[in-house]
Amino acid sequence: MKLTLLAFGIAKDITGQRFSEIELPDNCTVAQLRQQLAEKYPVLNNLAALRFAINSEYAQESDSLKEGDEVALIPPVSGG
Amino acid sequence: MIDVQLLKEALDVDKCVQFVTAPNTGGINVFIGTVRNHSKGKRVIRLEFEAYEPMAISEMQKIARRATEKFDIHSMAIHHRVGTLYIGEIPVVIAVGAAHREAAFQACKFAIDTLKETVPIWKKEIFEDGEVWVAAHP
Repeated sequence: MKLTLLAFGIAKDITGQRFSEIELPDNCTVAQLRQQLAEKYPVLNNLAALRFAINSEYAQESDSLKEGDEVALIPPVSGG
Repeated sequence: MIDVQLLKEALDVDKCVQFVTAPNTGGINVFIGTVRNHSKGKRVIRLEFEAYEPMAISEMQKIARRATEKFDIHSMAIHHRVGTLYIGEIPVVIAVGAAHREAAFQACKFAIDTLKETVPIWKKEIFEDGEVWVAAHP
């Protein structure tokens, strides 16, 4: 299945792009995507935290992804 | 009543105050964040703010709605800026209107504390000799 991957802040610097399309196996979970990204971009493991959002809502590790979802990498936020 | 905005231009503190001013208001509390000229002993030249815009707006709306449920307040405005900001400029304004001051103070503190934990906005500090994404590393 195809999904959109967004990366912000330092996560965008690490992956090299703010927006990309990714292909994942059906029923892939957030935890599985996290593992896949960590293998491709080991530097992500150095972050203080890395959260995921699905379609603009914070996701749990066990959440399953669906075709067409917009998944965002959310490194530690620092607004305000 | 809530008013949440993510803006590229300079924030208007008066607009936020006007939004929470009403005949039943007895106290208004305003938090104004400003860009500081130093961070961890280094001189800051400017800050660059980036947001995941739709989610930043929805998370700020959640904060404002939660604040109006949790505290005895009438209204809250949260305006956050994105883009490049220089020393003394204003990245965030939170204004709260309530019948009594205690709830206004508490709700304002709740809003800025929660914003700093949950709203997907990132700030990069630009120094004379480099730059760093704030809070990215332990």
